[in-house]
Amino acid sequence: MSGSTAVARVPFEQALESFEPVLGLETHVELGTASKMFCGCATEFGGSPNTQVCPTCLGLPGSLPVVNAVAVESTIRMGLALHCDIASWCRFARKNYFYPDMPKDYQISQYDEPLCFDGYLDVVVATDDGPREFRVEIERVHMEEDTGKLTHAGGDTGRIHGADYSLVDYNRAGIPLIEIVTKPIAGAGALAPLVARAYVTELRDLMRALGVSDVRMDQGSLRCDVNVSLAPAGAPWGTRSETKNVNSLRSVERAVRFEIERQAAVLTSGDRVIQETRHFHEDTGETTPGRSKEHAEDYRYFPEPDLVPVAPSEDWIEQLRSTLPEVPSARRARLRDEWGISDLEMQTLVNAEALELVEATIAAGVDQSAARKWWTGEFTRIANEQGVALEDLLITPAHITRVEALIADGSLTDKLARSVFEGVLAGEGDVDQVIAERGLVVVGDDSTLMSAIEQALADQPDIAEKIRGGKVQAAGAIVGAVMKATKGQADAAKVRALLLAHLGVEE
Amino acid sequence: MAAITRAEVEHLARLARLELTEGEIDHYAEQLSAIVDAVARVSEVTAQDIPPTSHPIPVTNTFRPDLVRPGVDRDEIAASAPAWEDDRFRVPRILGES
Amino acid sequence: MAPVMDSDLVRQSAATLSAAMQAGEVTSVQVTEACLARIDEVDDKVHAFLHVDREAALAMAAEIDTRRAAGEELGPLAGVPLALKDVFTMKGVPTTCGSRILEGWRPPYDSTVVERLRAAGVVILGKTNMDEFAMGSSTEHSGYGPTHNPWDLDRIPGGSGGGSSAALAAFEAPLAMGTDTGGSIRQPAAVTGTVGVKPTYGGVSRYGLVALASSLDQAGPCARTVLDAALLHEVIAGHDPLDSTSIDAPVPDVVAAARSGDVRGMRIGLVRELGGEGYQQGVQQRFDEAVAVLTDLGAEVVEVSCPNFEYALGAYYLILPAEASSNLARFDGMRYGLRAGDDGDASVEEVMSRTREAGFGAEVKRRIMLGTYSLSSGYYDAYYGQAQKVRTLIARDFATAFEQVDVLISPTTPTTAFRLGEKLDDPLAMYLNDIATIPVNLAGNCAMSVPVGLSPEDGLPVGLQIMAPALGDDRLYRVGSALEAALVDRWGHGLTEEVPAL
Repeated sequence: MSGSTAVARVPFEQALESFEPVLGLETHVELGTASKMFCGCATEFGGSPNTQVCPTCLGLPGSLPVVNAVAVESTIRMGLALHCDIASWCRFARKNYFYPDMPKDYQISQYDEPLCFDGYLDVVVATDDGPREFRVEIERVHMEEDTGKLTHAGGDTGRIHGADYSLVDYNRAGIPLIEIVTKPIAGAGALAPLVARAYVTELRDLMRALGVSDVRMDQGSLRCDVNVSLAPAGAPWGTRSETKNVNSLRSVERAVRFEIERQAAVLTSGDRVIQETRHFHEDTGETTPGRSKEHAEDYRYFPEPDLVPVAPSEDWIEQLRSTLPEVPSARRARLRDEWGISDLEMQTLVNAEALELVEATIAAGVDQSAARKWWTGEFTRIANEQGVALEDLLITPAHITRVEALIADGSLTDKLARSVFEGVLAGEGDVDQVIAERGLVVVGDDSTLMSAIEQALADQPDIAEKIRGGKVQAAGAIVGAVMKATKGQADAAKVRALLLAHLGVEE
Repeated sequence: MAAITRAEVEHLARLARLELTEGEIDHYAEQLSAIVDAVARVSEVTAQDIPPTSHPIPVTNTFRPDLVRPGVDRDEIAASAPAWEDDRFRVPRILGES
Repeated sequence: MAPVMDSDLVRQSAATLSAAMQAGEVTSVQVTEACLARIDEVDDKVHAFLHVDREAALAMAAEIDTRRAAGEELGPLAGVPLALKDVFTMKGVPTTCGSRILEGWRPPYDSTVVERLRAAGVVILGKTNMDEFAMGSSTEHSGYGPTHNPWDLDRIPGGSGGGSSAALAAFEAPLAMGTDTGGSIRQPAAVTGTVGVKPTYGGVSRYGLVALASSLDQAGPCARTVLDAALLHEVIAGHDPLDSTSIDAPVPDVVAAARSGDVRGMRIGLVRELGGEGYQQGVQQRFDEAVAVLTDLGAEVVEVSCPNFEYALGAYYLILPAEASSNLARFDGMRYGLRAGDDGDASVEEVMSRTREAGFGAEVKRRIMLGTYSLSSGYYDAYYGQAQKVRTLIARDFATAFEQVDVLISPTTPTTAFRLGEKLDDPLAMYLNDIATIPVNLAGNCAMSVPVGLSPEDGLPVGLQIMAPALGDDRLYRVGSALEAALVDRWGHGLTEEVPAL
């Protein structure tokens, strides 16, 4: 059940005075291959239920799996990008347990022979004392298959508790899933929540750069389970909890934070932390216990006899190594230098998830400062207002290029430009169409402006005196009036200049 | 002697999702004990450095290209499904909670 | 030309029938009708078939006849009827694997074996009975009642493929398909006086073969003659991209080997550990006589030792149940087949457990639990892990032996066909039937059983097993056909001619 029920927590800073957290992060990446891991079914998201299935992914009697070559390639590339060793020989294994979303009632995975192992990923977190780098060690990267999708029916909440029955769609069953497991992350202290978030973020960006997956947490192509344990400084590591249903980067941070606070309260009161799987709630930022299992699962792993070992040759590995792209951290440093911006400015771009958009906009010919301004300013504001991701807004670099060109030649002011973008976002057409439709033309012709200025002066007679008397800032009132009269289409700077000239006053 | 106990049979039946009757549990305990005793002969082979064989024929690297090929018609799998609703397999409630 | 009698037609070999059809002496429809009539006549006594597909078989036969009449070049088995073990999926046709848990299930796809049979123009008559999910040596563990040995209806026809072997011995079909995991083709062949072959592991596709033990299962040809088996072997064998474990290499030239039948200069190894004590005297006698025949034919027979074979049974009954327990997990009542106990209130765990309890027979439950045990945490190393090491040793024994000899031989089974019910209460006694056939499945090489006579004590068939190295399947056919020719020459007819009238 969601909803806070006053779970005992020790405030974060206080918790860290007595305890040191150790983290473990398990992420699953759904590969963007055309076909499934072990069969030729399509992998498109959102297909009509049970239309992307075949004997193999349905686990029909007599069916057999055959490994997708691109899935193996992608896994090796992921391993190389994470500085892992690549196994010279490894096998798949069966993980045996019964669950209705698993057609064979076993999952083909890898057990003690992962394809990639012993790597690391460096992440940077912002602290008050400046950026701090952490090396997160990677235990393993291995291949497995995804399960079908269950919807629970008959109960109140659509959640599993209280459901009368369930419905299964196997479209997703068999889609390649790559599991990345970190070694225990110790020593992050109070930065633990940020380190966790930074790791998942960096991992996500790396997967995108490799082109192996969409890695969208909101669509399930990147999933993260968070493991947290606490122990007093110097003591052996504590019992860990595992938290699932962590569906955004922010949730990763919040889940770690909550678990630290919760476990601190448990330990402080003299109780023991239960090793259990917990469920994260987006609305409250809390975790609640999952189903407690009466009997521990025994997966009875054994080598998958229907598949032969995977033994990548040195040549193949080197060929794949040559396909690795520039890693995100290197790319960020390069762009920062190219654009001549500071680390903080780069961090702002990253936090706003605007880096790629800015890069594309600059590539389209827009000045870097303008590109950054629009994306991290106006568009971020709009995206937040509409509750959508920045990349989902219907603004393209081409729109921005056009607008900037019009600003440069004086056809648009900054203010008018915002109206233009508003129109484009509302689907009223491209830049020129919106300008025509809305009549967004800069009123820049002197005589029109002068009439408006004279009118404004006439309406506020004492202002002229004030300005002549030295209170130049009073000009703002006249400029404002002119702007109003021209429906915001006057070039404010020009109005001001004309006004002052008219009054014979220097700035 | 291996002596598979009642409790072990119950445990195995649970892992394997078999709802055995009381009589069956005792019966299988006896039979399984005899069988395990017989097969345990494999432990007489004590040499340490024998590699295990999981695949009889030494083939490696069998892959398929990442191409989509036709699967099965939904109507056909619906026809064999014990229960079907809303284009999906209908299964009994999970977790045993009411 | 004298009219060919139905009763004559059903007794012909596939090769003879094919030649007759090619010569225009008989049509496939006639042959198929004759087999169907024979099935109608005797199958209520034999119970070889679980499903007969009269319309489809005749339609296929008619199509072949039409194509042949139009002058199309057809393969050597086009128009020849065949009985298919009910473990192969066949689209739209009931496939039960001898189990109640799959009662009524009609697969939405064809196994590769069925596709190849269809492409070759073979007329599939129907599905044959088997021990449930291929677990057994007598077909008594079928969920649909046992099959009876045509030689003596009170006796077992062997297992798990007793339906296929009985169909051959009862002249219901000239060809049959089987699968062999620990002897399930060879042992039934031995006790019914027919020929059965387990090809090299990976030689025939397992796609659509409902799995028992994935690293041991292999589909293979069953027939009344060695040549017929070779012709069928050639049709079904070969690489399949849908089966990762299938071998990407040319099929050994088994038909040429079967036609040659020349064993002069071949070195044949008699496996010391497979024979003697524990083997019925009459079985040993016929085996020894056959060995003498081989020597007369110009082969050199020596004794070889495979000392680790004594652990084969133990290793097998650890590896098979382990893999089977996993392969059979999918039968949970959720997607196809039986669902029991779904009263609207029961949980999914309960329904799964009730379904499997109701749908599986005792032998299947035993092996599932045994397999679960051998894989479970704390027991893996001692049982499953250890069994895999024994497997390596057995493969090494074969490798060493094949350095000295071209093929190995042994009696196929320790006894002739025992009575129905005789070993049902003693699983271990039942397992001992496979003691000679199991080693080959563990190592993955190939073997054949050929009939070598009737045991003097009980007048029941005895089989001799020939074993060859992986991808050496042609050697089986060479030796088998040589032996068969010599014995048929001596007897004046094939052994199955002596089956009592049903």
